[in-house]
Amino acid sequence: MEIRQIATLAGKEFWDRIRNRWVLAVALVFTVFALVIAYFGGAQQGTVGFRSIEFTIASLVSLVIYLVPLIALVLGFDAIVGERERGSLDLLLSMPITRFELLLGKYLGLAGALAFSTIAGFGLVAVVLASQLTLTALFHFFGFMLSSVLLGLAFLSLAVMVSTFAADRTRASGMAIALWFFFVLVFDLLLLGALVVTGGKYGGEIFPYLLLLNPADVFRILNIFTLDDVRTLYGLATVFPRALAEPWLLGLVMAAWIAAPLGVAAWRFRK
Amino acid sequence: MAGTSPAPAETGASVIAVHGATKHYGVVRAVDGVDLEVAPGELFGLIGHNGAGKSTLFKMMLGLIPATAGDIRIDGSPVTGSGFRAVRRKIGYLPENVVLYDNLTGFETLEFFARLKGVAASECGPALERVGLTHAARRRVREYSKGMRQRLGFAQALLGKPRILFLDEPTTGLDPEAIREFYMILRGLKADGVTMILTSHILAEIQERVDRLAVMAAGKLQAVGTVQGLREQMDLPLWFHVRLAHDDFDHVRTVLGGLPVMAVEAREDHVAVECRRESKMLVMQALASLGDKVLDLHVHEPSLEDVFFGFSD
Repeated sequence: MEIRQIATLAGKEFWDRIRNRWVLAVALVFTVFALVIAYFGGAQQGTVGFRSIEFTIASLVSLVIYLVPLIALVLGFDAIVGERERGSLDLLLSMPITRFELLLGKYLGLAGALAFSTIAGFGLVAVVLASQLTLTALFHFFGFMLSSVLLGLAFLSLAVMVSTFAADRTRASGMAIALWFFFVLVFDLLLLGALVVTGGKYGGEIFPYLLLLNPADVFRILNIFTLDDVRTLYGLATVFPRALAEPWLLGLVMAAWIAAPLGVAAWRFRK
Repeated sequence: MAGTSPAPAETGASVIAVHGATKHYGVVRAVDGVDLEVAPGELFGLIGHNGAGKSTLFKMMLGLIPATAGDIRIDGSPVTGSGFRAVRRKIGYLPENVVLYDNLTGFETLEFFARLKGVAASECGPALERVGLTHAARRRVREYSKGMRQRLGFAQALLGKPRILFLDEPTTGLDPEAIREFYMILRGLKADGVTMILTSHILAEIQERVDRLAVMAAGKLQAVGTVQGLREQMDLPLWFHVRLAHDDFDHVRTVLGGLPVMAVEAREDHVAVECRRESKMLVMQALASLGDKVLDLHVHEPSLEDVFFGFSD
């Protein structure tokens, strides 16, 4: 592995996103949405203004589950197929680099841009709210930011995988959107449907494990289980065993969700 | 395929050695059993119509496309496998219709490729100067013309002082003046001992500039040799165009009777006679015997285009 070449490829992807203001735009979206949720999230209950970090994070989790996977998929779906379609891939491949180095460099650069805009966007919110937060609340918010980054990296990995399979950009975008529908909208419905159909008699014990098959659900559990108030709010405590809810364990699952699609992409792109 | 120029084996080990290179896409044989040797310091031309398999063969030689069968060695080493990095460092490649990054400047483009090649950034300035783009170094590639992009792509290929250059349709989009400058750069590189292989579908452009050339069609090398060698090897017939004082077609037929001519045709204002090269003088003497019945006489030798199409059709 040639670190210098990987860094060169990653650097180009990262600075491309800084230059075309992609990072700025995404960070702004995160900041604005998060502030609106923090201040007006309780408007339906008749209160306006920041209430508690628990409520804010619970609302943000719902937002992030929709938004971050979508942004990550849009960011990465043409990583390889885009170069191929534009006609610049052959020249890159003729360089003294391996195909894996090219893939990894591209992924790391895009991951850097996504992580940077997530941390900058939500970090700004933390700065604005800092005076109203306790240290514990800040810690929770930090955990939320970190898990948002992990969620983004997992879906970016899926996007890069798509970009090695699709024959052209149009198909790649279709596959990326299909993945978003499946993981964000359909997956939970399928699980719920299965539980209802079986009357909860079968599969009740494997249900929590099935949730680990969806990075969006892993993200939800990661955030909600660390907040006692929210856990009861969601009623999740009744279906999810505490032993599985260890942050480090869920973090490992998330890491697997980052590594596995990249591995598949590397296999697919090897020649 | 009779080699009419010194076989590379006589002048030293081949820099590019291709044996039985084959690439199948399903039933399509894009490249079909190609054998090719290019000697050190040789300027080699690969000519053929679009879709003849030139670019596919190029990509196979660079290790970008795995071969279905055959053996390809660059400077004695296989192009894939553990030693590929060392091989790639010796190679400069200009792809057909090179696509670069619109959002980078010319200089940034070269910096990017220099880093990927492990070449010092100090090479970028001289490379731009060599292709005449110093004035546009700080402009974005987006603003470059087709010819400027092509020149930037060429500068990229020159980074790291490669010993072997692969140039796929290198003069596409260049104006005649730029084409002349381009070949002057190639002449300089040749003087430095750089081995070059370039493709073209315009024979007229490369015929006087390459040491040897190969004609490619339908995935196969139809002929390899020097321009003169190919002309002789093809043995295409030549034509006499005879303008007569009177409409005396039968008379021409009579004097040519018994001679090995291939065709005699009456055309609008002349008679055309086709014959093989070896009967050229016999036919000419017979036509001369017509005396002042002949107003004018032209000999049409087969052009290199004819040679080329003869091989590739």
